[in-house]
Amino acid sequence: MDIKEIIKPENLVYQKTKLMTDAPLSYCPGCGHGTAHRITMEVVEEMGIWEDTIGVAPVGCSVLAYDFMNIDMTQAAHGRAPAVATGIKRTWPEKFVFTYQGDGDLAAIGGNETLHACNRGENIVIIFVNNGIYGMTGGQMAPTTLPGMKSSTSPYGRDIATMGHPLKMTELIAQLPGTYFVTRQAVHTPAAVRKAKKAIRIAFETQREKKGLAFVEIVSNCNSGWKMNPVDANNWMVDNMFPYFPLGDIKVNGELIK
Amino acid sequence: MTEEMIIAGFGGQGVLSMGKILAYSGIMQDQEVSWMPSYGPEMRGGTANVTVIVSDERISSPILTHYDTAILLNQQSMDKFEKSVKPGGVLLYDPNGILHHPTRTDIKIYTIEGAKLASQMGNPNIFNMIVFGAFLKIKPIVKLENVIRGLKKSLPERHHKLIPLNEDAISMGMNNVVEK
Amino acid sequence: MSEVKLMKGNEAVAEAAILAGVDAYFGYPITPQSEVIEYLMVERPEDRTGMVVLQAESEIAAINMVYGAAGTGKRVMTSSSSPGVSLKQEGISYIAGSELPCVIVNVVRGGPGLGTIQPSQADYFQSTKGGGHGDYRLLVLAPASVQEMADFVDLAFDLAFKYRNPVMILSDGVIGQMMEKITLPAQKPRLSNEEIIERYGDWATTGKPSTRERNIITSLELDPYRQETHNHKLQAKYKKMEENEVRFEAINCEDADYVIVAYGSSARISQKTMQLARAKGHKVGLFRLISLFPFPKNELNKLADTVKGFLAVEMSAGQMIEDVRLAVNGKKPAEHYGRFGGVVHSPEEVLIALEQKIIGG
Repeated sequence: MDIKEIIKPENLVYQKTKLMTDAPLSYCPGCGHGTAHRITMEVVEEMGIWEDTIGVAPVGCSVLAYDFMNIDMTQAAHGRAPAVATGIKRTWPEKFVFTYQGDGDLAAIGGNETLHACNRGENIVIIFVNNGIYGMTGGQMAPTTLPGMKSSTSPYGRDIATMGHPLKMTELIAQLPGTYFVTRQAVHTPAAVRKAKKAIRIAFETQREKKGLAFVEIVSNCNSGWKMNPVDANNWMVDNMFPYFPLGDIKVNGELIK
Repeated sequence: MTEEMIIAGFGGQGVLSMGKILAYSGIMQDQEVSWMPSYGPEMRGGTANVTVIVSDERISSPILTHYDTAILLNQQSMDKFEKSVKPGGVLLYDPNGILHHPTRTDIKIYTIEGAKLASQMGNPNIFNMIVFGAFLKIKPIVKLENVIRGLKKSLPERHHKLIPLNEDAISMGMNNVVEK
Repeated sequence: MSEVKLMKGNEAVAEAAILAGVDAYFGYPITPQSEVIEYLMVERPEDRTGMVVLQAESEIAAINMVYGAAGTGKRVMTSSSSPGVSLKQEGISYIAGSELPCVIVNVVRGGPGLGTIQPSQADYFQSTKGGGHGDYRLLVLAPASVQEMADFVDLAFDLAFKYRNPVMILSDGVIGQMMEKITLPAQKPRLSNEEIIERYGDWATTGKPSTRERNIITSLELDPYRQETHNHKLQAKYKKMEENEVRFEAINCEDADYVIVAYGSSARISQKTMQLARAKGHKVGLFRLISLFPFPKNELNKLADTVKGFLAVEMSAGQMIEDVRLAVNGKKPAEHYGRFGGVVHSPEEVLIALEQKIIGG
């Protein structure tokens, strides 16, 4: 059978969303960012809101998110994405505004901006990709690096006594009355991807209904930073990250899940 | 005409608002005005002062070291500003609480028993308007009708009922100022 | 209809922002400029024009809110005082790098560090030489009266959009806290979202319609050669500002033997000094800078042909004097005088300095 006969609309089982550009992803093979980008854009496409959606990219591995997401985007200074998104949303309340941030960006240098955007109940979506390390700058310790976990700035393992505890930012902001939907997801299996995408959809619907801030954490891997192959990195994530950062909804319809 | 003056006293005596009413009155008769307060920690309970300039011409420096008139309402202000009155200028003060009275002989010195009169009128809040009345008697640089217009402009509508009381206080000051 | 009022400089900035049809103000309280946000909160500009006012959690957040909203083509501003403006520098650098229009008001107080809350002009370097990281410039306007505090808001926005560049209104505690007579302009309507898309649709992130490519606001360029090209473009823009946006006021300079160069409250104080000096028979003029960047270097250089000397008066240890000397280029003596750290010089002090340092004898 000729390939031209196979490529027909009726045989189509999957298509890349038109809201992802054709630029090759700069992420390492096995990294979760590409999937997290894609499902975010799929939700925006399925809701038919791409002409009214403005994204805010962070500093970190996903600094170039604007090269891959085919929508209007602003690239924020390190950690400032929630403030930048606030500025956009407050002046264009009818638009959909989301930030896409990593753990160093959101939980360390941007901790204050995150906390206060959540506390004000800004009608935005925050997508928080947590891989426990600073990927882009070469594997330094993040606020979410696990106890004993090695990084280039905790080369003998994270020492809790001197380096503090991994920060559960998602549980923390869930306590704030301004947040309406808070969840922690992953994208390492097809089932997890489907659940994560559903969560992102709820997040954008929350924004549509002007209910408050919606916060979706995606626990991911960093096989380069963790110095593992992709499969081992995913397994390590399941064995070590998930116990500390358990998956599931934390706050739904403004109510904490007990 | 240019009148350069300083009004100084305790925070709460209405020093800043007296200056503001004067400035507003100047505006009502198409004059240029500037009102420059001391600001900062001294605002809270300590001494407050404000430099007010009313002029027919564009005002240059809002910051001055010598004044045509000084209205001094506590001892610290007296100690600080008596020497800053220009020769031939005016110093107006309330002797209440003043231990060291002004001694200069090259300026005109007036007193007004503002605190006493305000308490006689049963309202300590009009102290500053009594003193203001005394000043207007000495230097009628703004017309009374423009003071009333200025008050109307600067006070919120709900306080307009207090304007007659302020007028009474101004008259009280005008009638009781004493040249030393 | 224009209206005459008595207002503080800080209040004038706030009212002028509403009247200029500004879309949003994001700020954080700090003495001596807190009246700006206080006035806005009392005035409820949401009800008057739909203008958004938000007290941010920090100056850093405030300038980044400005960055986000400016990237969508809205007219946005923030205000602060020296330590707060230092915090904003990261965001200002991003805004300059991304070529976005916005207005930043700095009501300067004494430094360094927490310093004092009293008036100062010691942020001249920070304002005119960039302030944050990288090669960039702000257009800097220096009001010398409450009226100019108001007038420069609309002017600043016009310039900000003309050049797609942040504009700073550099004031100080004197101008911010002082009340003067002011004539307010008529209310300008805010632009509708459709007008914004129509005017700024080629760059603003207002949501990507199918009819255009996506708009990206960023200051990131991984390729240094392309970043160099971007820098060349910025420099060309700054050069254009230098050619077209020099603003100053020369008072009594035509016949002057000596000229005081000053801006903001120091210009007001020096104007009195000029009067005192003229009364004593000295032919003194005042060259008041209105734009600090661009600096009126050609005009000062020309003036150096006819005068005997310059005194740069500023409430700093000597910052603007460097630009005065560069402009005068050794033709004539140029000296500095100023009290600083929050101390305001008097007209008489400036006169003494003028006589001792410039007039001589």
